[in-house]
Amino acid sequence: MSEISRADVEHLAKLAHIAMTEAELEKMAGELAVIVDSVKTVQGAAGDDVPATSHPLPLINVFREDVVGEVFTSEQSLSNAPDAEDGRFKVPAILDEE
Amino acid sequence: MTTTPHSLIRLSAAEMAAKLRAGEITSVELTQAHLDRITEVDGQINAFLHVSAEEALATAAEVDAIRAAGGEEAENLHPLAGVPIAIKDLIVTKGQPTTAGSKMLQGWMSPYDATVITKIRAARLPILGKTNLDEFAMGSSTEHSAYGPTRNPWDTSRIPGGSGGGSAAAVAAFEAPLALGTDTGGSIRQPGAVTGTVGTKPTYGSVSRYGAIAMASSLDQIGPVTRTVEDAALLHELIAGHDPKDSTSLNEPVPAFAQAAVDTDVAGLRIGVIKQLQGEGYQSGVLERFNESLQKLRQAGAEIVEVDCPSFDYALGAYYLIMPSEASSNLAKFDGVRYGTRVVPGDGPLTIERVMGATRAAGFGEEVKRRIILGTYALSAGYYDAYYGSAQKIRTLIQRDFDAAFEKADVLISPTAPTVAFPLGEKLDDPLAMYLNDVATIPANLAGVPGISVPGGLSEGLPVGIQFLAPIREDARIYRAGAALEKLLQEDAEPLWARIPDLEGAK
Amino acid sequence: MNQTLSEPAPLSFDEALERFEPVMGFEVHVELNTKTKMFSSAPNAFGDEPNTNVNEVDLGLPGTLPVVNKTAVEYAIKLGLALNCSIAETCRFARKQYFYPDTPKNWQTSQYDEPIAFDGYLDVELDDGEIFRVEIERAHMEEDAGKLTHAGGSGRIQGADYSLVDYNRAGVPLIEIVTKPITGAGERAPEIARAYVTAIRDIVKALGISDARMERGNVRCDANVSLMEKGAGKFGTRSETKNVNSLRAVEHAVHYEIRRHAGILAAGGSIVQETRHWKEDTRTTSSGRPKSDADDYRYFPEPDLLPIVTDQEWIERLRAELPEPPAERRRRLREAWGYSDKEFRDVLAAGLMDQIEETVASGASPAVARKWWMGEISRVANAREVEPAALGVEPATIVELNKLIEEGRINDKIARQVLEHHLDGEGAPSKIVADRGLEVVSDDGALTAAVEKAMAENPDVVEKVAAGKLKAIGALIGPVMKETRGQADAGKVREIVLNKLGIEG
Ligand SMILES: [Mg+2]
Ligand SMILES: [Zn+2]
Repeated sequence: MSEISRADVEHLAKLAHIAMTEAELEKMAGELAVIVDSVKTVQGAAGDDVPATSHPLPLINVFREDVVGEVFTSEQSLSNAPDAEDGRFKVPAILDEE
Repeated sequence: MTTTPHSLIRLSAAEMAAKLRAGEITSVELTQAHLDRITEVDGQINAFLHVSAEEALATAAEVDAIRAAGGEEAENLHPLAGVPIAIKDLIVTKGQPTTAGSKMLQGWMSPYDATVITKIRAARLPILGKTNLDEFAMGSSTEHSAYGPTRNPWDTSRIPGGSGGGSAAAVAAFEAPLALGTDTGGSIRQPGAVTGTVGTKPTYGSVSRYGAIAMASSLDQIGPVTRTVEDAALLHELIAGHDPKDSTSLNEPVPAFAQAAVDTDVAGLRIGVIKQLQGEGYQSGVLERFNESLQKLRQAGAEIVEVDCPSFDYALGAYYLIMPSEASSNLAKFDGVRYGTRVVPGDGPLTIERVMGATRAAGFGEEVKRRIILGTYALSAGYYDAYYGSAQKIRTLIQRDFDAAFEKADVLISPTAPTVAFPLGEKLDDPLAMYLNDVATIPANLAGVPGISVPGGLSEGLPVGIQFLAPIREDARIYRAGAALEKLLQEDAEPLWARIPDLEGAK
Repeated sequence: MNQTLSEPAPLSFDEALERFEPVMGFEVHVELNTKTKMFSSAPNAFGDEPNTNVNEVDLGLPGTLPVVNKTAVEYAIKLGLALNCSIAETCRFARKQYFYPDTPKNWQTSQYDEPIAFDGYLDVELDDGEIFRVEIERAHMEEDAGKLTHAGGSGRIQGADYSLVDYNRAGVPLIEIVTKPITGAGERAPEIARAYVTAIRDIVKALGISDARMERGNVRCDANVSLMEKGAGKFGTRSETKNVNSLRAVEHAVHYEIRRHAGILAAGGSIVQETRHWKEDTRTTSSGRPKSDADDYRYFPEPDLLPIVTDQEWIERLRAELPEPPAERRRRLREAWGYSDKEFRDVLAAGLMDQIEETVASGASPAVARKWWMGEISRVANAREVEPAALGVEPATIVELNKLIEEGRINDKIARQVLEHHLDGEGAPSKIVADRGLEVVSDDGALTAAVEKAMAENPDVVEKVAAGKLKAIGALIGPVMKETRGQADAGKVREIVLNKLGIEG
């Protein structure tokens, strides 16, 4: 049990870009530990020779022809934008380097 | 015209359609009757997040005008034209808000229609509005909606199932004859079971997912929510078919599902009872109704066999790794940059990283965050093979179990949910207990096979659902078996939905 | 950035090479010139109004799904073949997950452990004709991000008050080509770096799969550099210089990073694994973001897309469409045309090989084709401040002009005027000559009269010619030209003069 620590959750929350309070981190760590404990029964249930299935139907090679379809106007693109300027989406400063 | 609106809304969609075609009623009357019903009872149910009376009546008036004019256009009307429908608010609609049951999308207006909506508009079904759901379809009780829970019309102190509790409750409470749901781990079938309605999860790829806000892409499927099996088949035919915008949609002709729903002969049909989906964890009342159904089917000439699906024991574990993994990725786009809620943190420097963090903290509810963090964990460096990788292997084993079972049986049968509807709040603080609701429905999603839940009688006065499963592409078989059971159970009892307590009294 | 300030000074290039062996690696992103995006049917076009070459898929709206552009896949296979790669029997897309406002879904749909092409090589030709083989690790398909503009502050990312996002470029098909570590380059490392990127650019251009304009970002290069202690045989820590977007910059960036690494290592320091930014003005790099455990991209197979399975028939059909490899073509043309090394290099530098080849194919001799393209056409282009190729001179026009000269109907000087008139839209050369009455005056009557007049007016010149100083005829040509408004044929004038004086020509 308790395979997931508060620090683990803090790291995961950072990866997932969800700001969390101390209390939330603690609570989430406890809940996650229980869930992970329960779902990890899957480990080793299938032998090495069992292939992974990522899609329920074995379909392949679904393509689109290179033909231009409908496109948005600037107004349509920005119709739900929380903030915009000069036809562009406006976001606060980016601290991170490119 | 002797049919009062009150009896009108209790007809099946097929019956409503017949009356519309015969000119006995108009679509405006029918649509208005449902809108009135919504006004009357939805305060108690909270099935609808948005009601689009004006749009629905406009569509209804168009259908009536076309019928009145007669001629080719009237003849070419879709059989369900004029029959109103409700849409799970996970499916995007132009001109009506789409929230996914989340604060994150409060006020968001989609600039495009989902492919199923395009089909419904083309067939001219009046859209009554958008139905409640667990936020981003994550839940089994509709209590995780940011807009308050939906209540079960059978007992408003109980849950209507989830995530599609709104669609199921709307149909059970006669607020709509037809609804659309989405089923990732049982979100159409389990609400169907606990509200005494019919719900189908089609074969993965049978219905386009384009415009259904994704939870787990490899599991999600849109399907019908109705009161009769025939209605489900009719609606399934309408929404099915290849969509070039969904790479995973089947490029094959749509089979005649509705025909299968009237071919109710089960003589010689091999029905496999899944050993792993009964017994421990299932309420005795649920198992009693299940065994009665088996008895009826056997008497009608079906051959009941037992099938062993040992990997199903790992299905829940595999599901609660694959689903959150895909969901954690699918929900990354909700960041307050292009659309939806943006939350600016009150203190500290104003940077996009902090705005994204605050937006996602405030916009998502607890269960959504739980699944995002769980999925982030399962995909993170060093854990992928142990979690996501292992779960994908279980998927292979479950497919193999299904393949073997379908060697012995034409369809499989199980209870849809282990319990009847539980009281609101009962499992809200115990995620694991909540997840167990999906134990019988999840294998179908992992393998992509079609499943249906049909009403199987009452236990403690609450509906019990019976699930049929068929091989991939053989959705017609679940309609045939489901309609057969529906008919057999109605030989000596009224349809389940006819026995629903009167909601007017409780007003 | 403090770190940069406290870094030991770079060694000189020669000193660096004395002690260390450079190891390079390149990730080159090529933007494909398909009509539509990688996963949506929105147009793939440059320079339009912001957020107008997008649809719901490119904006990552809820509910949207990707569908693969078949042409982009075929371009990737062609490039894989041109890079001598194996083409995967089965490959898949994966999601590379990171939050950034230019990435609409907060994941990039790319390929991870199953790229479409792998294990290839490219033989790169250096300036002196030497061939250096660069091993290719893989080439995979992915999508481009949108474009950020930083506003306020200095306009750079640091200190900007806010940023604006245009998603027109989001979803544009990319192929990323990754080399294996390049060893053994020694002092030629910078030159090899430039030659490699040049070769990639030439190949994608020849394949017709990219506009290949580096200044527009059609071809973008990330350069990895590390140093090994000579004889140690163990790779050092590498730096990754991002977006080095001109051929010269690639060469300079590698040159600088070798010196910088050497300076640090020689002073006993250690290299930080980080991304670096190329600074064109100072020809140096600056510290970017260190690699951290936050770079956990959580790759997993894209569940909304299906595997791509190739078969021999498909691959062979695409192979049959491949053009001659640029390096082979250059070798072949140089031999066929018989130009000197310098002449050929000049043609390449001017980017006129295609034009000359077409002109020769239309019937001009290699010498004539070169004379026109490298001479008059280049001069006019220069004056008009455009690329020679952009003037739109058809090979047939050059052939026609040359024929007019050979037939003696116009002279070189007139031909140059005809070209100018042609470029001004006056039509085909022979039409211009006719319309403007530019044909050389060669009917004996008019020309003879002019010559006689000139001879009469210049008796001293006639005397000299008669005395055997044939060069003096030149002094008569001027007045004859003046008389005939430049339309006299110089050869003919000379003939008439000699004839009149009874001298054998
Ligand atoms: Mg890279
Ligand atoms: Zn890349």
